[in-house]
Amino acid sequence: MSSAILTVCRKEIIENSRDRRTLFSTLFFGPLFGPALFAIMINVMVSQALSGADEVMTIPIIGQAHAPNLVDFLRRHGVDPSAELESLEEATASVKEGEHEIVLVIGPEFPENFRAGGDARVTLVFDQSQTRANVSARRVRGLLNTYARQLTAMRLQARGISPLLLRPFTVDDFDVSTATGRSVILLGMLTYFLLFATLMGGFHLAIDSTAGERERGSLEPLLTTPVARADLLLGKMAATVSYMLLSLSLTVVGFTVALYFVPLEQLGMRSNFGPLVALKIVLILAPFVPLGAALMTLVASFTRSYKEAQTYLGLVLLVPTLPLMIATLLNIRPDFSLMWIPSLSQHLLITELIKAEPLNLGHLGVSTTSTLLMGALLAWLAIRLYDRERLLG
Amino acid sequence: MIRVDAVAKRFGTVQALKDVSFTARNGRITGLLGPNGAGKSTCLRILYTVLKPDSGKATIDAIDVVAEPIAARRKLGVLPHNAGLYPQLNARENITYFGELQGLSRLELEPRVEDLIVRLELADLADRRAKSFSQGERTKVALARALVHEPSHLLLDEPTNGLDVMATRSLRQWLRELKADGCCIILSSHIMQEVTALCDDIVIIAHGRVVAQGTPAELQERFGQTSLEDIFVKTVAET
Repeated sequence: MSSAILTVCRKEIIENSRDRRTLFSTLFFGPLFGPALFAIMINVMVSQALSGADEVMTIPIIGQAHAPNLVDFLRRHGVDPSAELESLEEATASVKEGEHEIVLVIGPEFPENFRAGGDARVTLVFDQSQTRANVSARRVRGLLNTYARQLTAMRLQARGISPLLLRPFTVDDFDVSTATGRSVILLGMLTYFLLFATLMGGFHLAIDSTAGERERGSLEPLLTTPVARADLLLGKMAATVSYMLLSLSLTVVGFTVALYFVPLEQLGMRSNFGPLVALKIVLILAPFVPLGAALMTLVASFTRSYKEAQTYLGLVLLVPTLPLMIATLLNIRPDFSLMWIPSLSQHLLITELIKAEPLNLGHLGVSTTSTLLMGALLAWLAIRLYDRERLLG
Repeated sequence: MIRVDAVAKRFGTVQALKDVSFTARNGRITGLLGPNGAGKSTCLRILYTVLKPDSGKATIDAIDVVAEPIAARRKLGVLPHNAGLYPQLNARENITYFGELQGLSRLELEPRVEDLIVRLELADLADRRAKSFSQGERTKVALARALVHEPSHLLLDEPTNGLDVMATRSLRQWLRELKADGCCIILSSHIMQEVTALCDDIVIIAHGRVVAQGTPAELQERFGQTSLEDIFVKTVAET
């Protein structure tokens, strides 16, 4: 390696370490923002999933006197019936205004119909467009159905008929997913965060060392030094790679720490995200770093100004995330034929790793080789572009 | 010595240089004089190898700038038009970076950088970040950067641009010193006084052609007029 490459790389690293923008995106944006957002998201999901299961729900029930046994049943199953509302109109208004999520209305004709074994009805008033109201409604409906089934069973037995007659067969759920397997649904988003943080780490450096250098007027003097343009650009890309690796490592550390504080167990999940897994994740993603650096440098070399470069690179940041979205939507499983696609192959490998399944070394080999080759191709293109006369604009 | 021989260059539909030939000798300051857009910068850019000529030949000490651009650049110190510095590096680091790119070892580099800081009166700037420099301060540092490897040839594109009176005077003084050391200097300018005050040879360029060249005395003799400005206006108007 030419010593000029090292000189350029070192200078870019030093100069950018004094630039607040670069430091923010390398040290703060990826490593702190991603894991923190992730931890908060999971915590909210956990608290939502847990709330309601054991909590006592206060629900206004209109006409409690018409069905005292039913109200009793609900009370025994964690419903606190309140009598603050009087009519269906009041109930509708209060739900619409969001005062109550759900109101149960028992009409005055209920007792008569109920005793006669006729068409007895109760009404649930709720707003289906409210997620939380749906959860509550599902719970109350479940309780009401249970009560109805108990009554059915009692009525059939009173007539000497087996209640099983009404249930020709029963469906039993048999869930084969493991606790770690389940956590993949959530941790699948992890690769997205990691790729994003990795790219963000080199974002400003890639722009600054190409479009920025041209805009400041320091490119022309640089090109008058007796250094091959390829060496200049390789040095700049090496500096971008350094920042991206730093950002990636810090982000993985951030996630390791954040997941330590996330109550995954409460969701019936388990994360095996220890230091060793963290190290493996960095190693799996490392080949993607030169590819990302070359891609960003290539695009930034096309542009004429810092602003233009920022606009285009903003779009470039989305490119590596597209395969991930498709993979998540189609629930793609790891396969040799997919391993040549950069970012997707890393995503699949990391997902396997988090599931605590053994790493497929063949897959890893294909992924690493193809990602590095594609990175080399893009770097070659960027160098070709840098050699053009029009570079100075 | 720098030779430019029948060089032509076209950008799209614009023929920037049609046929430019001149020689710049060692120990002399050669001035490229011409109106804006005459092709002065294009000519210098071809010499410092960021542009390639469509035809013709340019050599620096017999090194062809197209065939051996890196060897040619090794001979050159260049101050491009509106040269920028690295805003997050201080003056010393800006100069040192270019010295390293010139292939100088740390041991050679350190005394040279300190010497330049003293000679170009950069002591106040040496440890300040370049982002706060004025245009004149930037030009001084950019010149120091161009001189760090003690080049035998110096190309300066409108060096006095944005400099105040005092800075311009110091610049002239440094260039005379470099000339005395045997350096071959080419500077471009559209300012008459600058060229008269400084240059030993003058090449007047207009519309991509050399319209007159010679020493100030020769030009005055040929055109029978006293002021260079009159010669300039006359030759440019004639073409």
